[in-house]
Amino acid sequence: MIKTYILEDLDCAHCAGLIEGEVAKLDGVTKSTVTLLTQKLVVDIADAQAGSLTKAVKKIVKKYEPDVTVVEK
Amino acid sequence: MVTKKLKKRLYRILAGGILFAGAVLIEQAWGSIYPNLGLIVFLAAFLVSGGDVIKKAAMNITRGHVFDENFLMTIATVGAFLVGEYPEGCAVMLFYQVGEWFQAYAVHKSRRSIRELMDIRPDYANVLRGTEPEAVSPEEVKPGELIVVKPGERIPLDGTVEKGTTMLDTMALTGESLPREAGEGDTVISGCVNQSGVIEVRVTKGFGESTVSKILELVENASSRKSESENFISKFARYYTPVVVVLALLLAVVPPVLSGGDWNIWIYRALSFLVVSCPCALVISIPLSFFGGLGGASKAGVLIKGSNYLEALSRAEILVMDKTGTLTKGNFAVSRIVPAVEEKGAEEKLLELTACAESGSNHPISRSLLQAYGKEIDRSRISDLEDLAGFGVIAIIDGKKIVAGNLRHMEQNGISCVQAQEVGTVVYTACDGKYLGYIVIADEIRADAKEAVQKLKMCGITETVMLTGDRKETAEAVAKEIGIERVYAELLPGDKVDKMEELLQKKSAGGKLVFVGDGMNDAPVLARSDIGIAMGGLGSDAAIEAADIVIMTDEPSKIARAIEISRRTLTIVKQNTVFAIGVKVLILILAACGVASMWAAVFGDVGVAVIAILNAMRALKA
Repeated sequence: MIKTYILEDLDCAHCAGLIEGEVAKLDGVTKSTVTLLTQKLVVDIADAQAGSLTKAVKKIVKKYEPDVTVVEK
Repeated sequence: MVTKKLKKRLYRILAGGILFAGAVLIEQAWGSIYPNLGLIVFLAAFLVSGGDVIKKAAMNITRGHVFDENFLMTIATVGAFLVGEYPEGCAVMLFYQVGEWFQAYAVHKSRRSIRELMDIRPDYANVLRGTEPEAVSPEEVKPGELIVVKPGERIPLDGTVEKGTTMLDTMALTGESLPREAGEGDTVISGCVNQSGVIEVRVTKGFGESTVSKILELVENASSRKSESENFISKFARYYTPVVVVLALLLAVVPPVLSGGDWNIWIYRALSFLVVSCPCALVISIPLSFFGGLGGASKAGVLIKGSNYLEALSRAEILVMDKTGTLTKGNFAVSRIVPAVEEKGAEEKLLELTACAESGSNHPISRSLLQAYGKEIDRSRISDLEDLAGFGVIAIIDGKKIVAGNLRHMEQNGISCVQAQEVGTVVYTACDGKYLGYIVIADEIRADAKEAVQKLKMCGITETVMLTGDRKETAEAVAKEIGIERVYAELLPGDKVDKMEELLQKKSAGGKLVFVGDGMNDAPVLARSDIGIAMGGLGSDAAIEAADIVIMTDEPSKIARAIEISRRTLTIVKQNTVFAIGVKVLILILAACGVASMWAAVFGDVGVAVIAILNAMRALKA
């Protein structure tokens, strides 16, 4: 399934790349893209692991960009 | 309007700047009397302007990742202080912040202008549930309900007009400045702006299914399908920073150890390296260019489903076009009536009898005959009617035997007639065995088809091909008229895919094959091509679904427009890539030789980023 998050106040392109890379390594994730301009994170994840995704995403984002708020869409 | 966050940052930069200027003055005036006063004010300026950078760097280290730009900038500037270059350490931080601010501002600004470009989302719908219309969110309106749209309002949901006539502005969807007329029974599409009259619309689709939602969803998701250039930049960025940092480390340590030079000089040069170690200029400006290109294209009425397609389009080489519905209007119309004997009323009689004879069939040919005839058919005149599919009809009208159809049909019925040399479908008619003449029914070529093909050839398309299921003669005549070189006619749907395979073999290694169709019956061909373009997407879900690029209007000239936008975007991308990497490498070399100071390095970092972003923003202006 595809899950979309808004990364509010995401300004750093480099961090966007790091977040994208780390989310892609999560269990069950087949594709992850962060678009700096729309401040969107789109994750393609297996249904079984989808439940814990939001928590994991928030943790990763906090690590790289503590000022960014993650909003599930 | 600038966000609060940006404003706060600006004030901090200003305060830092004033302190910095004060520190420079103090050094000049009392530097010799109070040697440490200047340093204290420099430190204050440094902390005011760069405090957040240092804080972030410290926090990131505790989280276990070090190679981020905050950390590198902190090391570079603190290092400058340690080797005694107070003004430089301070100024580098200040300029870094100014550059970062401009970057954030430019990104903010382009986000806004793109959002404005995409501003087709309706805010409310006036739904008629009682006697008075009430304004509700478009999501709440269900298909089957009645809504009122007043002049100046945006049509919130797709539907059909039930009452009233008006002019609609479709500019935001199609890039077309000419308004469209809509009256009772006409379909209206969400996202258009009502210009003149009040209309009542029966909603046919819920908000999620409406055109406006589909378009917004498509455009918003387009930038997550990344182009090769973007992937290259991400990869480049991943290696660039660590490589530069390692080089900086080597530069600081190796030469002084080997040659016993001054440590301070080499450390200073190494610090300059750290300043240029962020690939921000590329990481921000390349996606921004693509985003701008996508936005600019949709403003022109061309929806592109991904940055990858926008990029591929710039390398379009072979253009394959479907004939009917793409280059021609797809609506057959009587173009010529040629009676066998020239006499008064012969044309009318020929048309009347042919139309009557064909009136039982629902074939497009029959419909165009009826349309040309224009009057009601008196069915009582027709006593017998036989439809021979693929040949024609035999009917008894007013007691006379009418034979109408193609040449073979005439031959089979023993009627002698001459084969007409015409473009289009020819219907021959005979009455009681006597040949009356023929009627030509042809598909109209789109007004801008010829211009479109010419423009496409100027855009670097080396081969134009037309595929059609239509007759060879007709296809060749159309191709000749609009300037298409190669024609494959009389193809069945399966043949089209085979031809496509053949053509795909012919293109050069980097070249792309583009297929343009109406998106209705050509899904397999659209899928097989490198880039599938569907025309007339406005209101056609099938077309939007199947294609990679959707042209909202029926104009083939928009294909050339899309290629132009794509090439322009790619030029900007190339300029930025070469410029940013070039300047950075140059500064690295100069800094290593001791020619470029840390000032130049700051330019190499934020200056280049700002210039690249400004350049990228040009992509928006399609």
